[in-house]
Amino acid sequence: MPLTILDPTAEGDPTGRPLAQRGGVLSSVALLDIRKPRGDVFLDELEALLRQRGIEVLREAKPTFTKPAPTDLRREIADRCDAVIEALAD
Amino acid sequence: MALEVLAIVKHDCPVCDQLLPALDAAGARLVSQSSEEQTARQAERLSLSRVPEVDAGLAVSERFDPDAVPAVFLLEDGAERERVIGLARDRLVELVAQTGVTLEVDGLPAMRPGCASRTRDPEVAARLAARRARAAGRIAARELELGELEDPFEAMYERGLTDGLPVVPPTAERVVAMLDYTSRDPQELVGVVPPYGGRATVEKVAINAVMAGCAGPELPIVLAAVEGACREEFALHGLIATTAPAGPVVVVSGPYARRAGMNAAVNAFGQGNRANSTIGRALQLTVRNVGGGRPGREDRAAHGQPGKVGFAFAERLDETAPWPGLAQARLDLGDDETGVTLFAGEAPRLVLDQLVREPGALVASLAVGLEHVASQRQRLAWDAMLVVGPEHGRIFREAGWSRQRVQEELHRRTHRPAGELVRGAGGVAEGLAPEWFGDPQTPVPKFFAPDRILLGYAGGDAGLFSMVIGGWVSGAAGSSPQSASVEPWR
Repeated sequence: MPLTILDPTAEGDPTGRPLAQRGGVLSSVALLDIRKPRGDVFLDELEALLRQRGIEVLREAKPTFTKPAPTDLRREIADRCDAVIEALAD
Repeated sequence: MALEVLAIVKHDCPVCDQLLPALDAAGARLVSQSSEEQTARQAERLSLSRVPEVDAGLAVSERFDPDAVPAVFLLEDGAERERVIGLARDRLVELVAQTGVTLEVDGLPAMRPGCASRTRDPEVAARLAARRARAAGRIAARELELGELEDPFEAMYERGLTDGLPVVPPTAERVVAMLDYTSRDPQELVGVVPPYGGRATVEKVAINAVMAGCAGPELPIVLAAVEGACREEFALHGLIATTAPAGPVVVVSGPYARRAGMNAAVNAFGQGNRANSTIGRALQLTVRNVGGGRPGREDRAAHGQPGKVGFAFAERLDETAPWPGLAQARLDLGDDETGVTLFAGEAPRLVLDQLVREPGALVASLAVGLEHVASQRQRLAWDAMLVVGPEHGRIFREAGWSRQRVQEELHRRTHRPAGELVRGAGGVAEGLAPEWFGDPQTPVPKFFAPDRILLGYAGGDAGLFSMVIGGWVSGAAGSSPQSASVEPWR
């Protein structure tokens, strides 16, 4: 039997975000700490490796891992760096 | 001034059968609530001179809304001047006479009540109500057609709309009936749901409440819970995404909990009570469907907990309660008002003390249970809710210990020397960084402050038990419990 139901979702169109350009020179990379224990240790290692390759490193941290990164922080990273590496999880 | 006689009839009504030939002969406009085929067969059976019009979509019936048929109306320029419901012979003669026509009533009884109009058929009435709601803009959600050959329960599961258990298909009829339980406009925004920022209108919450299995009275509680959960301070986005097991816990405090059918006593956290089970579930389905947070994708809990299907219970605020309800204390509500409290919580854990008889010993016992939230070595960053059971609560009540006093005692007794908590102590890697405490005797609190231990009260009469519900990351860096009144949503 055919049945008509009401849509329980937000009915939004999925936002298409095209991938950023790959290839080309990486001259500066942001390292984003989400403030989980030992995230800094991991990022210290990455920073050393990146600097060895002559890449400029910007160290940043979210105020808390429980909430998305503040808009200003995201904008700063996007403005100043070619790429960002985020230390996730526990 | 055009006068017209309109008659609404149906095929399966013996009184309509009796009256139709006379109405037909009198040239009345005949409108049937039955199908084309049924109407044609009736016309043939009664040898009418013409086949009555079919009331498509029952639009004419809905407009005049008679309780019963046959229903005869005198219309002046299309507007009703008079009506006769059922076979009231003499009144019918009078009505038709006003158009200058004589109704032939030989052989007709003086009085015979009609049959129920099809608009009074419960299924039909619900369908008409849904249509009216759509036309009035009360219902705005997109319609999803489930195929003729599809099982609606499987179809909804396959479309990713469930939590793994079957849901009640949210037909327009069911959603319209659900919306009767709130006075709020269905298009009003209740909250913006993470992680994708879906807009939860009253209507969208009602749709998910139908799916969860709510009967209706639970809706205002669900609405208050969604509003509270979507506040920034509750950090729902983080709570959805976390690897930790916590999920939203809904505590309902106040007289409306009982009116909605909730359970505050035996097995309050468990199965068997429709309102308890469906209120929590409606919140989680809203998170899933409106917010888009799904296990394995946005929801990264390592284990999660069974309460993430839904976890809602009522506080037992009867004569046994040692304190006012949680929401009452946090919002300063009156005794006749009801509120919800949202808490980011893991699965409940038992704290047993079957020998205790006085309050000092009871807080000592409960404190041990609280210390081990997450890990004994985790300090300050975690809140907890302690739901005191009646056999424990009686001890506080009889000793006159207020909620605040119990919280302060629990806070005081959940301190441990730093030396026991430092990383590596006792062969345990977890713990405090040693540079934080010079003196190993320094007492380190478990909780940031006494009011970070939320005290609730619920449970069955028998059992010297209380339940600890450990929290998640607390305070400004994490989730803060949120309370909201249910009253504005009724």
